[in-house]
Amino acid sequence: MSSNPTNSLPKGNGLVPPPRVEAAIDRVRASVGDRVSAGIVRWGFVAVTVLLVGFFAITEPNFRTVDNVFGMLKFIAPTAIAGLGVMIAMTVGGIDLSVGASAGFAVSIAAWTMVIGNQVGGVAVGVVLVGGALIGALNALLIVVARIPDLLATLTMMFVIVGLKLLIVDGKSISSKMTLDNGTTAPGRFTEDFLWLDRGTIGPVPVPVVIFFLLTVLLWFLLERTRWGRALYAVGANSEAARLAGIRVQLYRTAAYIGCGLLASVAGLLLAARIGQGDVSAGNSLLLDAVAVSLVGVSVLGIGRPNAWGTALGAVLIAVMVTGFTMIGLPYYAQDFGKGIVLLIALLFSFTFSKKRTVVVAGSMTN
Amino acid sequence: MTSAPLTTEGDARTAVVSLSGVSFSYGSNVVLRDVNLQFANGSITALLGANGAGKSTLIKALSGANPRYSGSISIAGESVTLSSPTAARNLGISAVHQKVADGIVPGLTVAENVLLDDLAGGFRGLLRNSRRDFAEARAALALLGLDWSDRVLAQDARDLRISDAQLVTLARALRSTPQLLILDEPTSALTSAEADRLFEVLRALRADGLAIVYVSHRFGEIEALADSVVVLRDGTVQSHTERPFAWHEILHDMLGRATELSRQREQTDRGETVVATVRDVVLFPESAPVSLEIRGGEVLGILGLIGAGKTELAELLGGLAQPVAGSLELGGAAYAPRRPSDAIDRGVVLVPEDRQRQAILPGWSVAHNISVPFLAESSRLGTLRGGIENDRARAVVADLDVVTESIDTPIDDLSGGNQQKVIVGRWLSADPKLAVLDEPFRGVDIAARRGIGDRLTQLARSGSAAVVLSSDVDEILEVSDRIVVLVAGSVALDGYSDTLDRATIVEAFLGSTSASDLEQDAEQHAGLAATVTPPESAHA
Repeated sequence: MSSNPTNSLPKGNGLVPPPRVEAAIDRVRASVGDRVSAGIVRWGFVAVTVLLVGFFAITEPNFRTVDNVFGMLKFIAPTAIAGLGVMIAMTVGGIDLSVGASAGFAVSIAAWTMVIGNQVGGVAVGVVLVGGALIGALNALLIVVARIPDLLATLTMMFVIVGLKLLIVDGKSISSKMTLDNGTTAPGRFTEDFLWLDRGTIGPVPVPVVIFFLLTVLLWFLLERTRWGRALYAVGANSEAARLAGIRVQLYRTAAYIGCGLLASVAGLLLAARIGQGDVSAGNSLLLDAVAVSLVGVSVLGIGRPNAWGTALGAVLIAVMVTGFTMIGLPYYAQDFGKGIVLLIALLFSFTFSKKRTVVVAGSMTN
Repeated sequence: MTSAPLTTEGDARTAVVSLSGVSFSYGSNVVLRDVNLQFANGSITALLGANGAGKSTLIKALSGANPRYSGSISIAGESVTLSSPTAARNLGISAVHQKVADGIVPGLTVAENVLLDDLAGGFRGLLRNSRRDFAEARAALALLGLDWSDRVLAQDARDLRISDAQLVTLARALRSTPQLLILDEPTSALTSAEADRLFEVLRALRADGLAIVYVSHRFGEIEALADSVVVLRDGTVQSHTERPFAWHEILHDMLGRATELSRQREQTDRGETVVATVRDVVLFPESAPVSLEIRGGEVLGILGLIGAGKTELAELLGGLAQPVAGSLELGGAAYAPRRPSDAIDRGVVLVPEDRQRQAILPGWSVAHNISVPFLAESSRLGTLRGGIENDRARAVVADLDVVTESIDTPIDDLSGGNQQKVIVGRWLSADPKLAVLDEPFRGVDIAARRGIGDRLTQLARSGSAAVVLSSDVDEILEVSDRIVVLVAGSVALDGYSDTLDRATIVEAFLGSTSASDLEQDAEQHAGLAATVTPPESAHA
């Protein structure tokens, strides 16, 4: 396999090929075979996605409709957004396993605020976002201050958050106009403005897809174009060197976990609006998909580190696969197998076939 | 003095293990050069050398952990291939590594730890029987004159005192009845009473005909124990001498002789303005306070061995640690940085000791490695401007003659010397008031060393202060206007290099090294080693 001389920060949006100078060095250094395998590492996932889309588009007329495209993106948006959250935690060399629980917490809290608290959707959104930030801050407290390894801290938080949610809602799903314990009817309901988060469109584009896209662009810009993003990556690449370079490592790690908690709660808001009630089991399956999506993101384009567009592409790939498999009549349980294979290939690209020494992934840094 | 010493005694000692033309390199970095050595049975050979001299590489080659060495190693006259630690052990070479913790598996019993090599040995002895295990473990420990009860053998090895754990690793190493036993700093975690006990054991083993290679920084121990001393420096054997040891010669060999490669400074500058003051700072809990004026306009070289307080002083100045007692001043005002960013804001930069761990962002380009501390200056409204970053990077590359294909090349592709130039250049590009460089020339070739030295002189002549800390006399002589020698956390010498000669510096460096004081010296050293915080604890 070739060494990959272009692993400096991507100059463009992450989808742009490397600049000419680096390509020239690449040509000189790499033998033909090396370049082929480097190309596979770099473009493999894009190619797989394109091939799958092509295959389903040709074989399934329903697949190539605009409705289906938006439907797929809307379906995957919560996963993608939670995956972006995990991606942020991964930039500082950490991981967050509490995203699924956080999203589920957000679902119940949103429902509770509107139905029991009789508040409008805007208030629910505010409460949920504050809650997500608090969860992130608590994760950061455990990891940064109490110095519990990230994997264990967030795993523990996963239980704590799920338990706290069940305590708050008495273990019940909260729906509009439900009957309360004292025999009265709940005062509030899921308001229209809240349901707009799922059902609304901006132009022809569903709101969740817009939010997904905007967050991806925002995070891409933040990570690749601002000094804060560079500092986050520096913490992930070598936290001691970053600290000696004057970067406030602990602040950045804290910010990363808070950002992750916020994104997980946004994912929860979209789920709540989709379900239309405070389903206590919502979010349970989100974690594995979110982690998978962010890991795929690391290997996409051979970038070798967590990044926004790669994560988004990973989400799209999973959406295409799940939708396509369903359309061609494969049972739902084939989806998990497909996801597993995709993730396996992603990990092989990241760790085995790529010579890059800088894969920053999950739990690789504990202080 | 590089002749083989085996013939001097004319006794029954013969070479058990011989190395002939052994070399080793990591990529282009040659760490062992044409080593020819013989280790005789019934004798203890001490291996001395400063950091990076190649000691651990040599030990690893001998113990099978560095199979890619070139040259030949023969055991009892037969050429052998030491391809793995197991192979080396089967051929009669056992090693006890420096960190006792690495040799003990917590969770297993003491007996199981003694017999650990059996557990690793495939299917042979697959079924364990605790009574037989105990008997075997007791037999192994008996070689060391130990008689531990079943209760001790059955307890979790994690609960052993460190000195007992050391004995467990030693017993394990001896189980394979080695012909050559390698001990790497075996006393670093022991009290002096425990060390004495270990020495008794080693003397008994020597009497039984074992060849022992003993690595230590403690001259007192070597004086007490060794039959001959091998000095390594820059990967080559400088000398191999028998008793009685000429310590000054040995120390010269270890720390660097004036060679044609070193050069004298053309001009010795004397700084006028005081940039920073170290006032009554206590570097270690029990050392005397240090006071020092750091002046602009001169390069200050601080010389000290490991444990002398070099890195501690550098870390205080760089904001990585706070003084136990005493205070710092910078530009006439109080200076108490709580973290590196405070130091940087005040114009103090630190090139840390361990480049890979503390300075390099692996996988990042040269340009991005250079810009890390200057992200704010490289941005407008928080948005990074590649142009500003690249201008700075190009300036650094030109300033220090960094050899790199481009500023976009990953820093990992550069040689060690050029990586170091990038890091030094990064910090000097901040136009610091005070630049502190801790062992900046470790693993750096001479050309890069001169480039960095010239750049420091230039910085000093612009009125700033440059402080270089090193354990190498030649390095310090080459780059410094003023030389401060640090011994055991205190200043032993402070003067300008044109008023000092080499012998005076080495004398001060080594403190009182007359034979009668050696033991005491070693004890001080040992005491210090115990109080020095390991670098790992400076967590992020």
